[in-house]
Amino acid sequence: MTDTTHPATGTPTDAVVTEDAVPGTRSRSTLSELAADAPPTAPRPRRRAQSARVRSVLKHVLLIAFGLVMLYPLLWMLASSFKPSALIFREPGLIPSAVDLGNYTDGWNALTHPFGHYLLNSAIVVLGSVLGNLVSCSLAAYAFARLQFRGRGVWFAIMLMSIMLPIHVVIVPQYVLFSSLEWINTFLPLIVPKLLATDAFFIFLMVQFFRGIPKELDEAARLDGCGHGRIYLRIMMPLALPALATTAIFTFIWTWNDFFSQLIFLTKPDMYTVPIALRTFVDATGQSSWGPMFAMSIVSLIPVFLVFLFGQKYLVKGIATTGIK
Amino acid sequence: MAVTELARGTAARRPARKKGDGKAAALFLAPWFVGLALITAGPMVASLYLSFTDYNLLQAPTWIGWDNYQRMFDDPRLLNSLQVTFTYVFVSVPLQLAAALGLALLLDKGLRGLAVYRSIYYLPSLLGGSVAIAILWRQVFGADGLINQVLALVGIEGQGWVSHPDYALGTLVALNVWTFGAPMIIFLAGLRQIPRMYYEAASIDGAGRWRQFRSITVPMLTPIIFFNLVLQLINAFQSFTQAFVVSGGTGGPADSTMFYTLYLYLKGFGSLEMGYASAMAWFLLLIIGGMTFVNFLASKYWVFYDD
Repeated sequence: MTDTTHPATGTPTDAVVTEDAVPGTRSRSTLSELAADAPPTAPRPRRRAQSARVRSVLKHVLLIAFGLVMLYPLLWMLASSFKPSALIFREPGLIPSAVDLGNYTDGWNALTHPFGHYLLNSAIVVLGSVLGNLVSCSLAAYAFARLQFRGRGVWFAIMLMSIMLPIHVVIVPQYVLFSSLEWINTFLPLIVPKLLATDAFFIFLMVQFFRGIPKELDEAARLDGCGHGRIYLRIMMPLALPALATTAIFTFIWTWNDFFSQLIFLTKPDMYTVPIALRTFVDATGQSSWGPMFAMSIVSLIPVFLVFLFGQKYLVKGIATTGIK
Repeated sequence: MAVTELARGTAARRPARKKGDGKAAALFLAPWFVGLALITAGPMVASLYLSFTDYNLLQAPTWIGWDNYQRMFDDPRLLNSLQVTFTYVFVSVPLQLAAALGLALLLDKGLRGLAVYRSIYYLPSLLGGSVAIAILWRQVFGADGLINQVLALVGIEGQGWVSHPDYALGTLVALNVWTFGAPMIIFLAGLRQIPRMYYEAASIDGAGRWRQFRSITVPMLTPIIFFNLVLQLINAFQSFTQAFVVSGGTGGPADSTMFYTLYLYLKGFGSLEMGYASAMAWFLLLIIGGMTFVNFLASKYWVFYDD
């Protein structure tokens, strides 16, 4: 897998490149500018540099303004979570005229269980899913990337097709199966499938990554008498850390945000995860409790936000090369 | 791996067939095989069977042939849900991709602070599918919501957008457009792969920026546009959380946000018509598969590969 942040063109877009605005480095000339270029006179380069600077400033203003509009609802929710309920409906501004932490204490205790209970449930489901995906998908990916076996191409195609399958097609029989196993209202229906590599998307991601790891490495190890188990564990896994990190991060965020399957498999308040608990706010309480609802919404977003902060590098790379969100 | 390569679908590289690793492969693939049999393929077959039965979870399924499928075409709520879903998909996805491409173009040419902008625009994509954001949307577009507060500042009297049948779907479209960050990052990666020399050559030939955009950027980017299009269409067809939360699980007002998946959920897990829900699921698969197939066919005429 070549690194898309360093493309063949060699343009380090990530670095701070302002040379664009410097005259002479590269023409961004329009036809008229080209025509005017004919008699070179002294003051023009400066004027062109100036207009480029003006354009760049305009661009930044535009980008910042648009970014603010994009983030405003989020910031507004954050601000509202600190406002007494009456103010939420009157103030579109961000700075609360009165700060009230009551929303957080009220929200925390508003449902059957304290909100920490739901956070813990979500954490269990998420950690189980992350672990499951890391182990099972990397095992399968190793086989597809490095082993020769009969029917490899066919199985690989089946694996790719399973990525496209909408969950709705299998959810009813899955429900029947899990309920006959008495797994409804346990975390097993959410975790066990991950241990069985049903998130085929990550198999694909890792296969792509493994293919980029030089074959000479494991061939040499094989000559030294290593079996596949050891090659997988000692050579591939350490080298595949970026792919593993991407898998872990996206599994974390998707599972944390997942609503559909948690809604179906968890029906007892005891077992509710964060999204299901949050949703009961909408049902149970009227419009009067927006404050506590926002406060707990903010709480529910914190883990995703933290993963976003620390995993940015992998997130961006993962999405740029594979298209996952 | 280049994005363009991926957009085209990576063909498995065929290694020289040496000595077989059958046993090792069976071990490494064991979890996946079990998962495929029990969690994916088995349930697929079962749901196909159930789609021809009357099944309410409590009694054994009884075979009713094509009745469920026929019933779908006589079910006005289902037909409405199809219309709602198609409207949502075909309005929100093009807008979302246009925003993604526009911003990617603005960010492309070595801009100071690119990483910061990229993060800001990407964040909504990560959060957009969460219940918290759906709750936020419900308030923002509510009668006392942020939108109306802002409108009031300029003297316009708004209304309850999420509670009005004409506008509720629009608020969900807005939510989907808001999450343009993910396709934007893919566009950015694609833009970087266009060789700079093309632009240099074109500008020596006297091509202006607009001409360069039309004759170089767009054609070179078509594989990425195609990739994003297929991906976002598939995603949008399966949207559920937003409509569920914004409408309080009802698809209201007046079924105006009754996504196909939401109706499927209500039929299957609300009124326990599992056979009917299974038939609906297979019809969804048919729609998504058919649409993806048509997309691939059409791509021959507008997607340009540079080699």
